[in-house]
Amino acid sequence: MISSIVFVLLLGATAFIFIRRLKEIRYNINLGRDLDLSGNFSERFKIMARVALGQSKLVARPFAGLMHVFIYLGFVIINIEILEIVVDGVFGTHRAFEAVLGAKAYYVFIGIFEVLALLVLTACVAFLIRRNIGKLKRFSGVEMTKWPTSDANIILVVEILLMTAFLTMNAADSVLMTAPVELLQASGLDHYAGFFFGGWFWVSAYLTGFMPNDVNTLFIIERVCWWFHIIGVFAFSIYVLYSKHFHIFIAFPNTFYTRLQPAGDIPNLAAVKKEVELMMDPSADPYAAPAADAGPPQRFGAKDVEDLSWKQLMDAYSCTECGRCTSDCPANQTGKLLSPRKIMMDTRDRLEEVGKLKRAEGPDATDGRSLLGDFITKEELWACTTCNACVEACPVNINPLSVIVDLRRFLVMEESAAPSELNTMFTNIENNGAPWQFAQADRGNWTEELNDN
Amino acid sequence: MTDSIKIKTMAQMVASGEQPEVLFWVGCMGSFDDRAKKITKAFAKILNKSGVKFAVLGAEESCTGDPAKRAGNEFLYQMQAFTNIQTLNAYEVKRIVTTCPHCFNILKNEYPELGGNYEVLHHSQFLQNLLKDGRLTIEGGSFKGKKITFHDPCYLGRANGVYEAPRELIEKLDAELVEMKRCKERGLCCGAGGAQMFKEAEKGDKEVNLERTEDAIEVKPDIIAAGCPFCNTMMTDGVKHFNKEDEIEVKDLAELIAEAADL
Repeated sequence: MISSIVFVLLLGATAFIFIRRLKEIRYNINLGRDLDLSGNFSERFKIMARVALGQSKLVARPFAGLMHVFIYLGFVIINIEILEIVVDGVFGTHRAFEAVLGAKAYYVFIGIFEVLALLVLTACVAFLIRRNIGKLKRFSGVEMTKWPTSDANIILVVEILLMTAFLTMNAADSVLMTAPVELLQASGLDHYAGFFFGGWFWVSAYLTGFMPNDVNTLFIIERVCWWFHIIGVFAFSIYVLYSKHFHIFIAFPNTFYTRLQPAGDIPNLAAVKKEVELMMDPSADPYAAPAADAGPPQRFGAKDVEDLSWKQLMDAYSCTECGRCTSDCPANQTGKLLSPRKIMMDTRDRLEEVGKLKRAEGPDATDGRSLLGDFITKEELWACTTCNACVEACPVNINPLSVIVDLRRFLVMEESAAPSELNTMFTNIENNGAPWQFAQADRGNWTEELNDN
Repeated sequence: MTDSIKIKTMAQMVASGEQPEVLFWVGCMGSFDDRAKKITKAFAKILNKSGVKFAVLGAEESCTGDPAKRAGNEFLYQMQAFTNIQTLNAYEVKRIVTTCPHCFNILKNEYPELGGNYEVLHHSQFLQNLLKDGRLTIEGGSFKGKKITFHDPCYLGRANGVYEAPRELIEKLDAELVEMKRCKERGLCCGAGGAQMFKEAEKGDKEVNLERTEDAIEVKPDIIAAGCPFCNTMMTDGVKHFNKEDEIEVKDLAELIAEAADL
């Protein structure tokens, strides 16, 4: 009874903190500019099913991809077991699903979970070794400071502990459940008795040899593991919302809202379109008053997170810092400062900062800092070749290139801060319709040379 | 070479009451760069040989605005687009073919919203169609046994998903197509895109084109095939850097086809 109350309180507290944090994230994402991504449900759903559910882009790197699929499947499927744990916790029952599924099906059900748990354990150990001993290049880099590095290790260690607790619990429990009924009755553990599924569970069977015979000790081991596991799950679910690990939730909406246009299509800026039409269209009235419903003029391009769209901000929250974008980036590979992963991490970190400020001091609060300048430097931006390798590499369809282009737009159109060679190129295009100083009238000269050979 | 080729501009064609089957958008590289002009000429010869009725804009063509847009100058890009669209629409252009993937991408994807709606093809796709329709026949004899590797231009491949058309052309040459370790979706950039062509690279420890040329040299090709005048320049420079210009040629798909067709 007391344990049920404690459990319900813990569950409630977890849900409360979880929802409060989700609301914070939603508030932050909504600080971004509007962008209409409605419609195309079935096409979007297919992309989500393929990329997020189906992990299609992860397997581009086979080893990491396969290990990730283990952890992913383990996570999704073992979470069904969490349901049983919650039912048991609230009602004080013991393995409530056994009665629902029947002994045989339940045995298989837990067996599958255990196999997955073992795969998760293996993958997490492999990932820990790879990260800390393997010295993979993409796990270093300027943006991989102390927190991102320990964040990754914390997640892996916690998952290992949770899986170990789950398997140890099952081992202790199965020895307990098959103990002589009289012994269980003598210790007041009747509810563990009378339970037989035809053998040990598939994986924890190998741990039963390490279990003591004393039912009271077994009971303590089983309970400690049970509580450790579920409290661990509660704590982890909140931790996730403050961690790069948030991708486990947000990867789904993020892939759903993938841009459907070809990757090469950089959207035209609507605000500029209006200005250009005014300038070029002879029938436009330059003195026309702006429409009554026109808001304040927007910045051209982006200086800070609020100048980005909500989708770009959602991208930032989806980043798992895996570094595939950076390791495929031609600029980064050749020693330039640009790292697409850093662009996304900076966007997220700045957004967290701005969100915190605005929630505390109101929506108009500012701190004099900005994404461009205080987080991302010009040198990073000017190294980009817009090749889309980062976009292609991202397993959850983040588009770092769009952020880079928007920041460049601000630099060029609001600050006139393009590198001088690019200014020369602009001038050439303006004056002679080519990026070099060639006369437009000479464009067709090659046709004269055609028959020279 | 028998007859001399006379290329008509849109203005000339419309003046004589004709409409071309396709407009050949030459692009800035193709119009002014000495190396790229060879690609332009090769493609024009193929069009001529295949009996394609085509025209160019000549002096009425202007930069699409791609380097300006990628560098962040949306104003300049949209002004270029505005004037180009006015020209194209005035001539009622329906179909465009271009030898430059940057022009291809921007005309195909970014012009429609500004009022420029055309069917836009990269020359690899156009050549593929010519061969498919039997308007152009080639004998791959001169390339038999040669190893050719294709460098995917970012703005053709990743940007627009065109991977097969260039490869089918190479296979038509009877040559052996060898793939670099990074190809198609994962092909490495040549380093010129995003307006990098027009500026010094940012500080680093290597030039991107050298990194990419190493990929190509690794598969020991006789020819590096390119489908973009910018990539072509970058790869040519890379090959020279490694003193391999006697062993490896860098050629555009149009040049290879023209050579095979004896043009």
